[in-house]
Amino acid sequence: MATAVAEVKAEKASLGSTLWSWLTTTDHKRIGILYGVTAFVFFLIGGLEALIIRAQLAHSGNDLVSAETFNQLFTMHGTTMIFLAVMPLSAAFFNYIVPLQIGARDVAFPRLNAFSYWVFLFGGLLLNASFLFGAAPDGGWFGYPNLTSKQYSPGLNIDFWVIGLQVLGIASLAAGFNFVVTIINLRAPGMRMMRLPVFTWMTLVTQFLVITAFPVITVALVFLMFDRFFGTTFYSTAAGGDLLLWQHLFWLFGHPEVYILILPAMGIVSEVLPTFSRKPLFGYAVVVYSGLLIGVMGWGVWAHHMFAVGMGPIADSVFSATTMLIAIPTGVKIFNWLATMWGGQVQFRTPMLFALGFIAMFIIGGLSGVMHSSAAADLQQTDTYFVVAHIHYVLFGGAIQGIFAGIYYWWPKITGRLMNEKLGKWHFWLSFIGMNLAFFPMHFIGLLGMPRRIYTYSPELGLDTLNLVSTVGAFLIGISVLIFIYNVWWTRRHGEVAGNDPWRAATLEWTIPSPPPPYNFSVIPEVVSRLPRWSVTQMKAIPEVPPEPIHLPGGSYWPVVTAFGILVMAAGALLHSLWVVLLGGAVLVVGIYAWAFEPFEV
Amino acid sequence: MAHAHAAVMQPPAAAEPGSGVYNEKLGMWIFLGSEVMFFTALIGSYIILRFGTPHPWAPPGVILNIPVTAFNTFLLICSSVFMVKAYAAIADGKKHFLRTDPSVPHDWRLWRWVDGGLKFWFLMTILGGATFVGIQVYEYIHLAHNGFLPSGIKEGTHFGELVAQGIVPAATAGIYGSTFYTMTGFHGFHVTCGVVSMLYLFFKKVLPEKYSEHDYRGVETIGLYWHFVDLVWIILFTIVYLI
Repeated sequence: MATAVAEVKAEKASLGSTLWSWLTTTDHKRIGILYGVTAFVFFLIGGLEALIIRAQLAHSGNDLVSAETFNQLFTMHGTTMIFLAVMPLSAAFFNYIVPLQIGARDVAFPRLNAFSYWVFLFGGLLLNASFLFGAAPDGGWFGYPNLTSKQYSPGLNIDFWVIGLQVLGIASLAAGFNFVVTIINLRAPGMRMMRLPVFTWMTLVTQFLVITAFPVITVALVFLMFDRFFGTTFYSTAAGGDLLLWQHLFWLFGHPEVYILILPAMGIVSEVLPTFSRKPLFGYAVVVYSGLLIGVMGWGVWAHHMFAVGMGPIADSVFSATTMLIAIPTGVKIFNWLATMWGGQVQFRTPMLFALGFIAMFIIGGLSGVMHSSAAADLQQTDTYFVVAHIHYVLFGGAIQGIFAGIYYWWPKITGRLMNEKLGKWHFWLSFIGMNLAFFPMHFIGLLGMPRRIYTYSPELGLDTLNLVSTVGAFLIGISVLIFIYNVWWTRRHGEVAGNDPWRAATLEWTIPSPPPPYNFSVIPEVVSRLPRWSVTQMKAIPEVPPEPIHLPGGSYWPVVTAFGILVMAAGALLHSLWVVLLGGAVLVVGIYAWAFEPFEV
Repeated sequence: MAHAHAAVMQPPAAAEPGSGVYNEKLGMWIFLGSEVMFFTALIGSYIILRFGTPHPWAPPGVILNIPVTAFNTFLLICSSVFMVKAYAAIADGKKHFLRTDPSVPHDWRLWRWVDGGLKFWFLMTILGGATFVGIQVYEYIHLAHNGFLPSGIKEGTHFGELVAQGIVPAATAGIYGSTFYTMTGFHGFHVTCGVVSMLYLFFKKVLPEKYSEHDYRGVETIGLYWHFVDLVWIILFTIVYLI
């Protein structure tokens, strides 16, 4: 590719630290950090919402918050944790780690990458701005019409939700295109597909799920938006529409979404376990293929969210069977992880603890998932706290613990300092005990008949004690997160300097300095094996100083301008003002035009 | 058409062989994959709504004008052909608008002695797309004027009379309007985006002759998009207008 832009002397390569340099950055590492920090703040907001929910439910007949506020809290808790916390926290790792693992200097489309981040940020801010108007979404994260139809939710609440999710979808889709192309086209010489680290593989599967699943929910949201704004009748049975259409479209997206949330965490765990067992991953190819299989089968199970609808015995049986089948590749992964540790020299460092916690908790969540797959049993569990227990075992015990494993594992690579082990262990054990206290009683609470999403319950239900235990557990998780934040603050000054490879790990990202220089690799590595740092045939060493000048793409402010155009359009739609929408559209068109034709060489 | 790809059209040499196509083209394919899912969800919803309802659907050709839209469909297909011609022209290095061939005797068969280059065929593609959108806007205005709206059919209008006479079933009039405007509207939006993008490229790249037989990535990438948009329309025209 032609390098018309002046090349940068490698030793002078730095990106600056001004606000402007962050606004215009196209460096995948910086965008990764932006994703991580932003998503963590949203994680704290979502966690705060959860704590208020638990405080309200601590005892029967509580009146800490009103029913309306409670509806907003559980809706925003679910929406925030899924779209603004777990997905972008995974995206932080995609951004930071994937180019390093494949031996690339950046992603395929660096400005599109920046655009994804800014759209995500603006979408998240838009959703949360609803609190300022006292109109936070209150229709549940699943947004079933006709509850969310204009007739039953006339306020701005659902408008914020419908528009916010569409904006966030744009961010996810743009990132999806980018990472698929990056992983397929930008691998270093010798990095064959079956030499890719498992985390990169799971990223690839996840991105394929994103680019196929998000269009489906976009259509569902568009129908709902048109119903609310223009009087179309997609979800209005009286005028020939179909309420169940929403449920099918939503869960067609919603179930692949579950794997979008969990596959990256599975990838992280597949990196952490071999490193701290001092053994290559057991059955690498099988782990990769089972991940692919989960991605494919994830498309065939959506209606198990709808057993209570009454789809008839044939549909129920088919979706029961496919749901049970998907436990097979998942189980395969778990056995591979266990076999990886078998006979290894297991080191119980903090990332390893979180990875082990992931396996244990994900098994519990997986088992209750298989219980749901039986339509007959599911009818007893639907809309009770049993389901809440299940999703928190897979999404907190699974996804969040996997992400924390990744944070502790790659923190030294990203910052150059190791996090404090003692604080890390406190974090792990408190959150591990806390989550089991918070979520295990929910199994019983649900089976004993407490429905989910109600703002209070009567003392006659006899569930005060179990609910109180759950609330105590939730606050323990809160304390553990505070310990993590303190650990981050402590590590900034006192953390042990990491060096290139503090864990003696196998993959390519550990061959370069921590934190990596802006150009990542001083020379593009030539990969000779799947575990470059553990193989007998060593790869060529990567020199400290680049032997020749390296071309670095400059920054660009057009991604943030273009993303801002989308925000203005979304705000205009909320205000029902065509002029504001057109103004935003104009910013968007100008932004794309300038972006497309500015001199920028990758 | 076996055009020799110049080096710039291939991924950089210092990488593991990937998909074998350059990033922009692969990115467009992946993007079109998600577009397929988008239109599948739209069309699938339409099929469910239309064939899942126990009520009869409006007969074809009563509200929607099939001949006009058939002409519009023809126009869009022509535009796709023009795009192929534009691609072939620049792959052969023809950057010009029109030029004549002196070795061929000039007669009424223009295509024998007038040779179109990238500028000509690209402009024709844009004109085809823009006219399509124009006719669609005219169609919308005409339909809305006669009472056919996204929310259904208004009483006391031309189409309202048809409902009153029982020619158009009242029970599905609402969902008929909803699906028609949403599906054709999203397609029209895609065509508009294509026309705007091609206008960008026309003025910034085609007219200043930035493309050559060594690098015509922009033409190829937008061409993929354009053919996709045309293909979708053929499906939409069939299921929304004809059956």
